[in-house]
Parts: sequence; structure tokens; C-alpha cells
Amino acid sequence: MKLARSFWVWLAVAYAGVLVVVAAFALVASAGIDEAQRPAIAGTLAAAAPGLIYAAIILLFVCAGILRWVFRRYPEAARQLAEQTRVLLAAGPEHKVAAVGGPEMVELAATINQFADGYHQLERDLDARSADARARVEEERNRFAALMSELSEGVVVCNADGRILLYNARAAKLVGSAESGPARGDYAPLGLGRSVFGLLDRDQVAHALDKVQQQIERKVERPHTRFVTGAANGALLRVQVAPFLSADRRMAGMVFTLDDVRMLMGREGQRLKLLQALATGVRAPVANLRAAAENLVAFPEMEVPRRAQFVEIVAAESRVLTERLNAALSDYADALKGSLTLEDMRVVDLLAVVQRRVADNVAIPAHTENVDEELWVRVDSFAFAQAIASLAVRLSADYGIRDLRFRAAASGNFAELDMVWTGAIVGSEALALWETEPMRIGADESPLTLKDVLDRHGGEIWSQADRPRQKAWFRVLLPLGEPVAAAVPRPSAPDNRPEYYDFDLFEHIETTGALAERRLADLSYTVFDTETTGLEPSAGDEIISIGAVRIVNGRLLKNEVFEQLVDPLRPIARDATRIHGIDSRALAGQPPIGKVLPGFHRFCEDTVLVAHNAAFDMRFLELKEAATGVRFAQPVLDTLLLSAVVHPSFENHNLDTIAERLGVRVIGRHTALGDALVTGEVFLKLLPLLAQRGIVTLGQALEASRATYHARLQY
Amino acid sequence: MADSKRKVLIADDEPNIVTALEFLLKRSGYDVRVVTNGVDALALVESYLPDVVLLDIMMPVKSGYEVCQRMRERPEWRHIKIVMLSAKGREAEVSKGMSLGADLYITKPFSTQELINAINAFFDPDTASRDA
Repeated sequence: MKLARSFWVWLAVAYAGVLVVVAAFALVASAGIDEAQRPAIAGTLAAAAPGLIYAAIILLFVCAGILRWVFRRYPEAARQLAEQTRVLLAAGPEHKVAAVGGPEMVELAATINQFADGYHQLERDLDARSADARARVEEERNRFAALMSELSEGVVVCNADGRILLYNARAAKLVGSAESGPARGDYAPLGLGRSVFGLLDRDQVAHALDKVQQQIERKVERPHTRFVTGAANGALLRVQVAPFLSADRRMAGMVFTLDDVRMLMGREGQRLKLLQALATGVRAPVANLRAAAENLVAFPEMEVPRRAQFVEIVAAESRVLTERLNAALSDYADALKGSLTLEDMRVVDLLAVVQRRVADNVAIPAHTENVDEELWVRVDSFAFAQAIASLAVRLSADYGIRDLRFRAAASGNFAELDMVWTGAIVGSEALALWETEPMRIGADESPLTLKDVLDRHGGEIWSQADRPRQKAWFRVLLPLGEPVAAAVPRPSAPDNRPEYYDFDLFEHIETTGALAERRLADLSYTVFDTETTGLEPSAGDEIISIGAVRIVNGRLLKNEVFEQLVDPLRPIARDATRIHGIDSRALAGQPPIGKVLPGFHRFCEDTVLVAHNAAFDMRFLELKEAATGVRFAQPVLDTLLLSAVVHPSFENHNLDTIAERLGVRVIGRHTALGDALVTGEVFLKLLPLLAQRGIVTLGQALEASRATYHARLQY
Repeated sequence: MADSKRKVLIADDEPNIVTALEFLLKRSGYDVRVVTNGVDALALVESYLPDVVLLDIMMPVKSGYEVCQRMRERPEWRHIKIVMLSAKGREAEVSKGMSLGADLYITKPFSTQELINAINAFFDPDTASRDA
């Protein structure tokens, strides 16, 4: 439109200009004409008037034509180029600006295309770099998760407020899970975003933090402290607390390392018990021996029968003493055998350890040959290396062997490890003797024998020889091991990654304002569902299953769930069984609701409850209040009502329908936990839709739900 | 001393230590009786009224601890010296024995001479090292 108007304006101006020029020309020409000739010329002009008009019209068309040509080549082409360039920015690199208009415009288009190529190249580079960075972060996350899950200690990390940011599976096991029942009623389960003060003894944690804080103030180099405390499942934990400091040396958070003291004490205690048994066991015979011996010494003149009696006592007690000592040593060896820890290990690595041990103790060269890189054994590498080194010591000392080679190959379920030398052949009798004698390397004698070590592995040893070549070897069988995957990188689908940590919680600052004014996105939720014997709680129907999952910081924590079957202590309606598939047999032996609710209450602590058709589930819980003393006083959001808030024009808001509407994949429906998971995902999808309607705080969501509820009632 | 021999009761179920102690104590001029369990020990304390009781802790029927406790419940036996002999040498066990009223707690193995000296010292504190 604009083009058209400017065209006509330019045409009018150009045409007027031409007319002015022609008129001026005529005026100048007419000035030099005689008075006498004027009438004649005027007559001629009058006769030519129609022709002149035609000429003027033709001139107009000529002007229009020229102007059109110029417009096409420049202003119009420039506009098109601008349009195309705009598209170019949005479109992909394959899009090009078409050449239009005059040669200068064509050149400009080419330059723009060049520029666009450069731009897209830059964009591609940036994308590649950011994808690379994302992949690295992902890999690090996986590596970190793998590392955490393989630690033998429990680890819990929290921010300065005590809010848990990270924990590993071992920690969850040590402190006991929510399902482990109400063993210690005052403890909350472990979970992201929960308080560490609820997890461990509050006073002890506070005291430990005070101590650490003092150390920080005193500028102690590595501030830390320890305490021992009970956990929810009754375990006795040794807890080490160390702070991590911000750049200005303020406490930014804490790392709690947890150990099961009972297990540690078990190992230590076993040793102590052996020592005590030994001490107690020998005291009496030594006392008898000493008393008899002292009498013999003190009364050399005593009568012969009496003397014989004391001598016999000395002999008998010496025998008893020997037996006791042997028994204690054998117990010690058994305990040691039990403590051998078998680990999967590459044979190549095992032989490297063995070689080093042999080299350290015997001055003979040891080599490795023909070892399959992929051969793994299950072995206590320390004990095994000691066994082989003790053999090497004997070969060197008793047979003068001066070189050793190791080779290995798989054979059935075992790996054959050969210890090969040139020279003397060691007979099976000699080997049998070596097997049953305590292993000795230099001055060190182990209470274990080679046989003990092999027995522990379920292995064997024998002697073989190639007489013509003067070669001999011991062949040892060790059980094959499982290859241990390299710790990193462990490929795992995002869904499988343990959701045991959330560093976004780091910056999460608890707002102190009223709950109703808190933003929905900032709150923690427990999404739950129940299965019941029927639909009428007031007519005696009971809960038979509770499933729940937590939402913290906008993430559904699929690892932090509550799932418990409940014995309703009454029969289940057949219709109900048809829905959830749970019958009385499945519930036999499950705890009754009174035992389950306290644990569930702890699981829900400090969260907003979410359920689909929450009124139904809440009614069941309310009816148990009087009997169990457990009251669920926290606010409750109902996904059914929230769905009606965001989609008022739809009539159907059952869980399957809204899940489908919101694009939530439905799996595991009609188990309490399965439904809770679906409800949780639905709830997370509803949050942005609520925000679009200006519903961003809990108070607003509750108010909108109430209004919808009444609207639906009236309807 | 001959007509008023000090009386020692040995309560221990280990015949070898009993033989040695009995021999030694008799040689040292004591009148000695022997029992091998806690119940017999209490019965003989009642009838024999020893001056010293050597009590093994780990005895059948009634432990040395129990015998000691029963004895200390009887005011008329308060003067009887109790020496506990035990193969248990933990500090807690020694402390338990002494708390229950033992005068001496000796951990096995022990020097017989030192035992005799200790018993002699009950009656003659000044000549604690009277020779056997």
C-alpha cells in the first residue's frame, strides 16, 4: 500500500515537472515570435490541440513506465530484501535471500547471504559447544550419582538451614526408611528438602553444629566433630559432621558421614571376644600348673606319692593348656578366614600385586606371560598374594628356584593360575605339607595356611611338571569373577538416575510468611492415594493401602515414596477387589491402620497434601483421628478441583481423562502408589496452567478450588 | 597354735588347684576343708565356721559371687575373711567381687606363696611375710 501511494506521489511530481519544463520551453519560444505571426501560430496550435493532448497523455504513460522500472529495481527490491532478511534470521541456514532488483541490490543480497551463513555457522558452533557442556554436566552427574551410591558410608549433605540437598542409598538404609515402621516415633524419614534435625537427634545435631561453628571461628584448619546417635530403625550410628565453607568462611552447609557402629563393633568385638576367651581359658590351667610347680619347688623333701601327684598335675595341666591355646588359635584363624573379603578383580591386576609381593620378599625375578586381559577372578588379593609369596619363599629356599613366571587362563568356572619355574620338581607330598603349614614370609607368620586361603576361595592347588623341558608349575584354581563395570561413565536414562540430590535447594530460602501466601512452585507436597475396602467410610469401609510420593522444588521424587498395605480387619467388597486386585489373603500379616498412620504422618510432615478427589481420602483419614490420635492438619489440594479450575469447559475430570488431556503417561494405575505418581505428574502439569490464570499462591489455589467446588455443587 | 589351728575352707571345683592349695595350707599350719560347689560351701561355713574361705567364682550350683553375698548377709559371719580366686581378671569382675564383700580378689594364675602370705596377714598383720 505504501509502495503504491509513494509511486503515485512520485509519478505526479515527475509528470508535473515534465509539464513545467514543456510549458517553460513554450513560453521562452513564444517570446521571440512576431506580433503578426501570432494569430497564425495560434490557429495552428488550436488545430493541433487534440494531438498535443494525446502527446501529454503519452508522456504521462512514459513517465509512469520509467518510474515503475526504477521502483521495481530499487525501493521495492530493498523492501523485499528487508522482509527476506527478517525471515532469514528466524529460518534455518538452508534459507537464502533471493536476488531481486538492480545490480547493486543483487550484490547487497549476496552480501546478506554471506553474512547469514556466518551467523548460522556461529549459531551452530554455539549449539555444539552448549550441547557438549550439557553432556559433560550430565556425565558428571551420572559419575557423581554412581560414586555416591558406591560409598560404603552413608552421606547426607544439607545447606546451612539443615535442609537436605543430597543423600546416598547407604544413608537411606542406615537411618531407616519411612516404611520401616514407627520404631522411633519422633524421627522423620530421610528425604530431599527435609530437615536433618528431624532425621537425627535434634539436640546432638545442634550441639555438633555449635562445636563446628566454634572451630570455624577459631580458624581450625579442618573443622569437624563426631557423635553417636540412634536412628529411626534403632541402628546405632557414628556420625561425623564437617562443614563446607563459603568464600568468606561462613558455614554454607554440612556433610554428615554415617557409619553403623554396631557393625564396626561387631568386627572389633569378635577379636576382643577371642582374646578374652583365650585369657580366661588359660588362667585356670596355668594357676593349677603354677601351684603344683611351686609346691614341688618349695617342698623338695615331700613324700614320693605326693610328689608324683604334683608331677602328674603339671603334666595334665600342660596338656590342657596346649589344647586351649590350639583351640584359641584355631578360632582366630576361623575368624580371619571369615574376614577374608572376596572381590572381583582382573587377573592381570592380581598378578601385578602378586609379582610385587614376590619381588619384595624373594630376590628372584618374576614375570607374567599369556594372560587374558578380560579374565576376572573373585579373590582376596591380599591373602592370595601372601600365599603365593610364601610359596615363592619356599621354592627359593628349599629348591633353589631362581626364576618365576605367571600365566593364567579360564577353565570352566575357574581361572587357572600357573606359577611356573625351571628346575626342580616339587612333589605333591611336599606341596601337601606346605599347604597345611602356616604361611611364612621372612619373620612374618600368618595364622592362616595356604589351605585356609584356598578353602575360603573354594579353590585348589596341585603340582605339575614337564620333565623333558625341566619345567614345573603349581596350578591354582580360583573362581571366575564378574567383570566390574568401570565406574564411569555409567550410561543411564534420565529416569533411572537416582534422585537423591537437588542442589537447587541450596539457594532455597524458607519464606517465613504465612503458608497461604507462599508460591505454589516453592512448596513441598506429598501426593497420596488410598485403596479401600469400599466407597463408604462412614459405613465401616477401611483403608487397605496407602501410596505417596513427594514433590520438592518442582520435582516428583520417585525415590522417596511411601507404600504400605494395611490389614483392614474386615472383609473386602468383591467390587473393590476387582478394581485394585487386593484381596484378604494379600493383607494377612500387614499392619493395621493404627500402626501405619503415624509413619505416614511423619512422611507427610511439613508438606501440603495433594490427592485426586481428595475429599474421599481425607474422609477415611479423618475417621481414624479419634482412634489413632494422628491428625492431618496440613492444607490439601485436589487435582480434580484444580483441573476444573483450569479447564472449566470440560465436564469430565477423572484422573485418566485429565492425565490424557495433560499428556501424562499413565502407568501402574489402581495401586495406591501408581495412582499417587500419576496424580503427582498431573499436579505438576497443572501448576503452569494455574499460573496462566493468575493462581500462583497456595491461598489462591485453595480459594479457586473452593469456588469451583461450590460451582460444581450448584451445577 | 597346734590346738587352735586357724581354719580354712577351700571352695573350688578344680581338683588340681585344690590338691596344691590343701597341701600348702596344711604345711603352713592351717586346718583345711574342701568343697567343690557353692551350696556345700555355705553348708560347711555354717557347721565348720572357718576363719578364711577361698572361693572360686566359677563353681557349679552356686557361683562364688553368690556364696560371698549370702555370707555377708549373716552378721555372725562378718569376721570370716573371704578370698576370691578367679580366672576372670577384668577390672569390672574384681570390682564386683570386692563390692559383694570379698576381702581379697586374686586372679588366677597366682603365686601360692603370695596367697599364703596374704592369708597369714589377715591374722598377723605385722608379720605378713611369715615363712611357710
